[in-house]
Order: sequence, then structure tokens, then C-alpha cells
Amino acid sequence: MHPSRLRAQQRPLWTFHGGLHLPDEKDLSNGMPLTAAALSPRLVIPLQQHIGTPAKAVVAVGDRVLKGQLIGEAQGAVSAPVHASSSGTVLAIRSHPVPHASGLNAPCILIETDGEERWAELPPPLGPRPDPAALRERIRWAGIVGLGGAAFPSSVKLNPGPGQRIRTLIINGAECEPYISCDDRLMRDRPGRILQGVRLLRDLLGVEECLIGIEDNKAAAITALRQSLAEGGDAAGIEVIAIPTLYPSGGEKQLIRVLTGLEVPSRGIPAQIGVLCQNIATAAAIADAAIDGKPLISRVVTLTGRGLGRPCNLEVPLGTPFRDLLDQAGGLTSRLERLLIGGPMMGFACDDLDMPVTKAVNCILALTQSEAPDPGPALACIRCGACAEVCPVSLLPQQMYWHARARDLDKVRDYNLFDCIECGCCALVCPSHIPLVQYYRYAKTECLARDQEKRQAEQARLRHEAREARLERLEQERKANLRKKKDELANRPASARETTKLAATSPDDTAEDPKKAAIAAALKRAAEKKAALASQGLAPKNTDNLAPAQQRQVEAAEARRRELNAAEDAARPQE
Amino acid sequence: MMRPAIVSSPFAGRLNRTDQLMLQVILALIPGTLAMVWYFGWGVLINMALASVFALASEALVMWLRGRPALPALGDFSALVTALLFAIAVPPTLPWWLTLIGIAFAIIIVKQLYGGLGYNPFNPAMAGYVFLLISYPLAMTTWLAPDIPELLAARDLATLSFLDSARLIFTGALPPNLSWDAVSAATPLDEMFTKLDQNATIPEILASPVWGDFGGRGWEWVGNWFLLGGIFLLWRRVITWHIPMAVMAGLLLPAGLFWLLDPQAFPFPAFHLFAGGTILGAFFIATDPVTACTTPRGQLIYGAAIGLITLMIRHWGGYPDAVAFAVLLMNIAAPTIDHYTQPRVFGHGRREKT
Repeated sequence: MHPSRLRAQQRPLWTFHGGLHLPDEKDLSNGMPLTAAALSPRLVIPLQQHIGTPAKAVVAVGDRVLKGQLIGEAQGAVSAPVHASSSGTVLAIRSHPVPHASGLNAPCILIETDGEERWAELPPPLGPRPDPAALRERIRWAGIVGLGGAAFPSSVKLNPGPGQRIRTLIINGAECEPYISCDDRLMRDRPGRILQGVRLLRDLLGVEECLIGIEDNKAAAITALRQSLAEGGDAAGIEVIAIPTLYPSGGEKQLIRVLTGLEVPSRGIPAQIGVLCQNIATAAAIADAAIDGKPLISRVVTLTGRGLGRPCNLEVPLGTPFRDLLDQAGGLTSRLERLLIGGPMMGFACDDLDMPVTKAVNCILALTQSEAPDPGPALACIRCGACAEVCPVSLLPQQMYWHARARDLDKVRDYNLFDCIECGCCALVCPSHIPLVQYYRYAKTECLARDQEKRQAEQARLRHEAREARLERLEQERKANLRKKKDELANRPASARETTKLAATSPDDTAEDPKKAAIAAALKRAAEKKAALASQGLAPKNTDNLAPAQQRQVEAAEARRRELNAAEDAARPQE
Repeated sequence: MMRPAIVSSPFAGRLNRTDQLMLQVILALIPGTLAMVWYFGWGVLINMALASVFALASEALVMWLRGRPALPALGDFSALVTALLFAIAVPPTLPWWLTLIGIAFAIIIVKQLYGGLGYNPFNPAMAGYVFLLISYPLAMTTWLAPDIPELLAARDLATLSFLDSARLIFTGALPPNLSWDAVSAATPLDEMFTKLDQNATIPEILASPVWGDFGGRGWEWVGNWFLLGGIFLLWRRVITWHIPMAVMAGLLLPAGLFWLLDPQAFPFPAFHLFAGGTILGAFFIATDPVTACTTPRGQLIYGAAIGLITLMIRHWGGYPDAVAFAVLLMNIAAPTIDHYTQPRVFGHGRREKT
């Protein structure tokens, strides 16, 4: 169907600045219905497949696990649990390569599957209108995160807090990145399941309207959802809206703008303007959890690019290594130039086929030389401003580039660096082939590191100042006490002063109490005795009356001392 | 097979190339250039060839001095664009050594000493042109009469053949039977403002046969063909509409206002558009990305100011044409204008600001 007909008789739409019309390349992979991926002999399940605190393993090496069994427990408020994607035995819990832009390894649970696919005991289905708290708890239990790629825990997102009233729920089916078609296929093959999830979300949030935004290059998906909505009864407030195909309209803030005309404030979240956004696959996963009691243990992954023999979409158990999937997509061809995780605009390179599919992996992209040509060396920026023309956030990319290049981080920040969504439009149109996004990532990392340093320095300064203040206070107190004592002594009558001197005790004691008097008398006696002995030349020395052993020790020590002195004299330079 | 994973996204093929942008600018210059050759003879082409050779040689020399490979710098064709714009701007009779001085100044001092492509604050072609205009005003303002038979007959003027042009450029010698008076003529701008200074009225001035439908005869068609090239650049998205439209508006609106106030002392606004370098300046020179403003609002201000300054210098300044001066003056202001005209960033509402 022609896009203009898809958009007929719809609500008005808005636009955002810039954007790019890219060849969508979705035809490569979206021709065949979804099929289930074959079960791998080994699953690698990372404990962190989401934004937030990693899950904590609750199984031990050697344990038998069942399909859907909780194997990693959520830790803290922003976190998500992980479940076994199939039945088998825990082989190891160790660090393993994972699909992450950092390229670092992360803790994973390795499971050797037994092929029996025996399910763990699942929770009962929630009714058609579940209690919001129960549904949220179920979503958290199921480990559901945003399946569009960001992987933010859905239960957290769906709990915007008492102050935020959500009016509009937006379901993101835009899928604007070229090549990727997993959402397209899911919408075509399981529109009913998606709509069940959408209804649950609508009722959970109590929203007035629920807009499903889909780019108009996915006519079949739009038709499938509209048909299902027309057949399926409860469609209150739900609308399927075709939006113009323009990268990056699938970005959360861009899609909200297109559908509602609202702008999410810089550094803010959609809930602040009464909007909440969920991906189409997330909605389906929520329906799975609520209606079937199934945790999130699989997702749809697009395997595509001309570097693959038979591009397709597979429903993949989480933890399946890429290597095992590639064969089901016809294997890598000799023309492969680059293997990516995600799309060609925002994805990152994969250098290890043992990496597993996680909740955030929507596409494995095998590109050939002609699809991902080497941009060659970067030339000088000619300030043509093509980057600024396409920036969906209305930034001035070339100014940020100049300042990032000069390491002038304050200036880059002044140009709103942190509003950059790293969509890659600027780098794609740059005639000088400057890797602009790389400069912005560098600048962001540097800014964050510097902020961290500043915070730490500030804390250290505060600690130091507190310590100085405490020492100063103690010193003042000590001095004050001393002064007080002196004053008191000075103000006392002469006789009392005399007694105190003799007694050598607390100046507070001005009374002639018997104990003090006795001590003073004893001291006096001792002093008198000493004086008497001294006058007779009989004062006792501690070297008198020594035992023979002690005498020997004394002599040995004196001998050592003499030797040492002699050695020192010898070592001293002649003056 | 697979390459290491060091690079960062995007991985899709790049959509533009600097050398292709420059080539499109060169392509867009062709119609106007042909028109100039038609009206002013082969000197235009000879100058273009000379300027190109000098520009590439200067660029290569600096690259060699800086210890950098010369081919990438020559291959971006930016020096070629500078050379062609310079050659179009100067008279088609300019001695070769003036072209050499002008181009060497433009490429070595104005462009490369500031760091090369992308770093020069001033438009090199215009800086070279102005440098010569100030240093050698006579040679730089001696223009040939457009090759239109009636016009030549009316004033008893002659044209130069290819060999005549070449001899004039390389040796400075006119054909034996001709004098400068027999080949040169005032440009329309010169004609207009010299006569205005002599207190002639516009209708009196326009009675002369040098005037065509919109401006000077011959000259107006050069302008039209450059306009065609400019439209090509717009269509190919090499430039945006902001600067050319703003230059023309900045020139035409005040010119129209003056004309309405006193049509005896101020020429019809279209005259300004099709006389001198207005069209060339608006589409090809003011749009030089390196030295122009980059923000959309900034480009409007930048362009309008160029138009206005051009008008002011034409009417009240010492030089007949002023596009080059106006462009250079606004080049200095471009970074400041950019700073104050940053677009509103997504999510930064006026009210949401905290």
C-alpha cells in the first residue's frame, strides 16, 4: 500500500529537525515469517542484560535447571532477573565475552542444555484486568526490559511515581534503523499478542490515549495491527498510526515529538510531559508474562546483511551464541566485511562469535564491502554545515567537533553535547568523512570522568575541611580549659594555692579533705627522708645492689656502646 | 574477512565527498563561464588555465614545505575552485604575473598560512582579488567591451582574437593597430556611478546603448547564466537557499526603497542584481562554506549584510563593485554571528529552562 494511503484520515503529525532518508534494506530479511531458532547445546546467559545493577546468580555449578527457572536474582531497585532459557545443567559461572559496546567480558551463567525443554513451575495467569501492583510485580519477576535495544527495566519505567500523571502511552514500532526487521516481523506475525500487551499497559497506566507509531515503509505491519485491532474487541483509545519514514524517528524523543508534538525536556524523561514509551516487542513480552506466566527467555533477532547466505528473523532463546545462529541464516559468506550488533547507524562491531544473544540484541548484521565501505582517512572540516542540517536535535555538530578536537570540554558542553543521541546522521553526511560521533563519545566520556574527579576532589576537600575544623575546635577547647584553670588559680587565696601546689592535684579541690592531706603529708615525709640521706651521701642509686646477671648485662651493653662510638668516629669524615 | 572492531558507528556508507562537492561547484560555473567567453573573449579561459596552474603549484609547494603529501590536498579540488572564481572576477586582459601574484597570495598566505582548507577565515579568491585591486587598480579595472556587434559599432570598438588575448596577457602588448581606448569600455557599474557623480539623472544615463533589459548589455546574460549554475547548486544541495537569497534581499530591498524615494538618482533595483558580481557573489562566493556563517539564522544575517554593504559601497564608496569587500568584511564577522544565532536545541524550550 502506498504510504500516503496508510496515512489517510489520521491525526495530524509533527516533524523534528533534520533526519535522513536512508535505503531501508528491510526487504532482505522481512520476507519470511518468524521461525524458532534451534536450541544450542550451550547457552551463555549474562547476569547483566539490562541497564542497572547486575543480577546475582542463585544457582551453583552442577545444578540442574529447568526452562524458565530463575537463575539470577535482581539486585536493588533498577535491575532485572535472568531465567534459564532451556533446561539443562549449570556448567560454569564465569566471565565471558558479551555483546556490549565496551568490548569487555562480563559474568555469565553457562548452561549445557539437555534438549528436553522441561519447564519450571510457572506462576498462574493474571486475569484480564490485573491489579496494577500485581502486574508490575509480574513484569519485574519476568525480567522484562526495553526490547528496542536500550534494555531499561520495564517495571521501573512503568512506575513513574505518584507525582507523574501519564496521559499518553506510545508504543514504538517505528524501527527506523536500516536492515533491522524484527519488530516488523513480530507485528505481522503476532499482532494479537502485541495488542494484548498494549491493553495491559493501557489499563496499568490508566492513559487516555495509546498511540502505536509505525514508519510507513512497513505497510504489512500497519495493516496487520489495524486488522487485529478491528477484530479483537477492546480497542478503546488505541490507534495505529503510520508515520513518515525518516531516520531516526524511532528514537524515543523523536517519536514522541512526531506523534504528540511535545518535546521531552533536555536531560528529562518522557514521564515529565505525561508520556510513556514502550517498544512493540516489550508489549508482547508483557503479555507473555501476564497471560502465560512466562518470563522473558527469548526474543526476535534479525540476522541480515549481504554477508549472510539467507537473511531471516529468528525467535532466539536468550544466551544462544551467535555462531549457532549464523548457520540457520545460511552462514557467513566470503564477502563479509564487518559483523555488527544492531543496525548500521548505531550498532557496534562484533569480534567474537561466541557472544550470546541478550535482551538488548535486536540484530546481527553481516555487511559486505559495498554495504559498509571504509570511509578512508578523515579530511579537514570545511564547515559546510551538512551535519547541522541533518541533526535531529538541532545541534551544531561541526562546532562541537572543533571544540572536542581542541579538547575544550567546557565549550563542547556549552554546545549541548549531552543532548546528542549519537544517531550518526552527521557522520554519514560529512563530506570530509570525519568520525563525528566518535568525537562526541570521547568528549562525553572525558566530561563524565572529569565530573567524577571533580566530585571526588570536592568530597576530599570537604573531609579535609571538616577534619581541620574538628582539630581547631579541640584545640580551642583545650586552650579554654587551660585558661579557665589559670584564672581559677589566679583568683584563689594564697593559702589554698600553697596547699594545692603541695598536693599537686586537681585545682578544683580547694577543701582540705583528709585524703589529700594524707597524701601531701606522705610526700613531704618522703622528700624529707631523701634530703636527709642525700646530706649523708647515702642516696640510693639504681645501680647499687645488682644481681650478678644484671651486672653482666650492664657490662655487655657498655661494651657495645663503646664499640659503636668507635665505629662512628672512624666513619666520620676528617674535617 | 572481518576487520577489527576499533571503529565506531555509523558503519553505513558515507553520502558525500568533499571532492565531489567541489567538482559540482566547478560544473555549476560552466554556463556563466561560457557566457563570459562569448562576450569578453578567450582571455577568460586563458586566465582560468593560468590561475589553475598557479593555484595547484602554490598548493603543492606549501604541502611540500609542510612535509605533507600533496595529492590529497590537490585532489579535494578546493584550490581549483579558488583559481576559477579568481579568474572569473579579474579582467580578461590581466597580465599573467598579476594572476600569479594574486593566486599566490590567495593560496599561500590567505589559505595555507592559516592552516589550509577549512581553517582560513577569509575567502581566498576574494582576498587575492582585493589584494590586486588595491595594489594595481588600473589593470584591475580595465574591462573589455562585451562582444555585441551593434554596441561595438556604436562606439567604434574592436574585439580581441585568441592570439591577441594571449599576447596581451603574456607580453602586455596590444595588437599593433589598436589602442586601449579601442578595446576597453567602462563596466555598467562604472558607467552608472561615474555619470551619477557627474550629476546626470538616471533617465539620461539609461539613454546610452550599453543598457539592456535588466542591466548592462552582455553583462546581464553573464549574470543569468551564473544564476542557472547557482540553481544547479541549490538543486544538488551543495548550498542552501539562505545565503544567496539573503544577499539578494539585502541588496534589492534597500535599493528598491531608494529607487522609490528618488528614481532620478537611484537606479532600478534589478540593475544591481545583474550588474557586476552580484549573482556570482551571492551563489558562488558568499556561500563558500569555510568562511561563511553556518547557522541558518546566521546565514541570513551574513548574506543580508553582504548585500547591504555591497549597495553602500557601490553608491557611496570609492570602488565600482563591492561584492569582494562586502564578503571579506562579513568573513570577519561570521564566527561572532554564528555564536549568537545558535539554533534552539531539541528539548530546550524557552519556558523549560531552569
